[in-house]
Amino acid sequence: MPHDGPDHTEPPGDIALRVKALESLLIEKGLVDAQALDEIIDTYQTKVGPQRGAKVVARAWVDADFKAHLLRDGTQAIAAMGYEGRQGEHMRVVENTDHIHNLVVCTLCSCYPWPVLGLPPVWYKSAPYRSRAVIDPRGVLAEFGTALDDSVDVRVWDSTSEMRYLVLPQRPTGTEGWGVEQLEKLVSRNSMIGVEKARQPEDVS
Amino acid sequence: MNGAHDMGGMHGFGPIKAEPEATEPLFHADWERPVLALTLATGMLGKWNIDMSRHARERQLPADYLANSYYETWFAGLQTLLLDAGLISDEELASGKMSSPNADIEAPGPKRAAEILARGGPTLMDIPMSPQFQVGDHVRIINAHPTGHTRVPRYIRGRVGVIDHYNGVHVFADASALGQRQGQPQYNVRFEAQELWGDKARAGDRVHLDLWQPYLQRP
Repeated sequence: MPHDGPDHTEPPGDIALRVKALESLLIEKGLVDAQALDEIIDTYQTKVGPQRGAKVVARAWVDADFKAHLLRDGTQAIAAMGYEGRQGEHMRVVENTDHIHNLVVCTLCSCYPWPVLGLPPVWYKSAPYRSRAVIDPRGVLAEFGTALDDSVDVRVWDSTSEMRYLVLPQRPTGTEGWGVEQLEKLVSRNSMIGVEKARQPEDVS
Repeated sequence: MNGAHDMGGMHGFGPIKAEPEATEPLFHADWERPVLALTLATGMLGKWNIDMSRHARERQLPADYLANSYYETWFAGLQTLLLDAGLISDEELASGKMSSPNADIEAPGPKRAAEILARGGPTLMDIPMSPQFQVGDHVRIINAHPTGHTRVPRYIRGRVGVIDHYNGVHVFADASALGQRQGQPQYNVRFEAQELWGDKARAGDRVHLDLWQPYLQRP
């Protein structure tokens, strides 16, 4: 096992069995509470997810005062909507414009704004994304099918502290007069990481 | 530490191959759920902090780190943390059977666990420290290679950036990984892509990182 250093060879074993064994041991020792484990899993399976971030973005699209607050103090503006806690203690929202496209990564591990996006997708934590996002952001965007105009500058946000980043994507044209709930459907998780733009009206009709 | 976790700018990992957002499951195997829950639940015992847990994961052998899925890495880190904190023994880990109880520990129940998740662990510290740098200042990142935990990726060491934003005094990750809650002014620093990657990078593109004052010097 890793803590034993290079001389130790890990015995073969099915990881599912080893996880189960450790879980049983920790419950037996009173180090974890079985119901608390269920509560933690349920929190991220059913309560906390990118539907929250979509509500933040859609509100910013229709409410200029809220948007100004969100960009000035993301932590407070998002907490006022009831979204706060682990891995979202310090939030900063970065806005895409006609001239700037923002992209969020954590090259060192997997930092991600849990209270508004939930648990990160596998690709976000993967070596290809973490290695390439900072050196080849346009190649990464192209792989996601995202093309930028020549005049658009890219800003990559490498999450190296406890600051967490949420991208405010541009509101698609053709959505004038839409209500907040309609607009939420346009806000994909990937658009809030910055690898894609918001969905187009025809994508959700 | 100059570990396999410090991936920014590396080549050769191939395409990202993202699963479609609409169909990607939250977990890809049943055992991933308990790895997540055990990691968060044992973290609530207060025996380690988030920087210690990051360091436990990045201390894996580089070959293991690169070969593991992310939840496998979490599982490896969890075992390291439990052993280092003395919460379990090697013998217990190997056998799966309790040798000795941990008398002084009370695990949070579901209600308390939910409260802890909802509260999180803010790192902003209310202590009087004047930032040494101002927005707009040029700074050079120290060329240091500590063997412990640090949040300076290799790709910015020795490079010059500009202070973009002052974040306030935050718990300093390098000290925190040693169990010390020490505050340091923290800044968002922007780098021109060409400063980091050379002339082939697109002029006008930038990379931003959040960095503590001990990482910075006057250029």
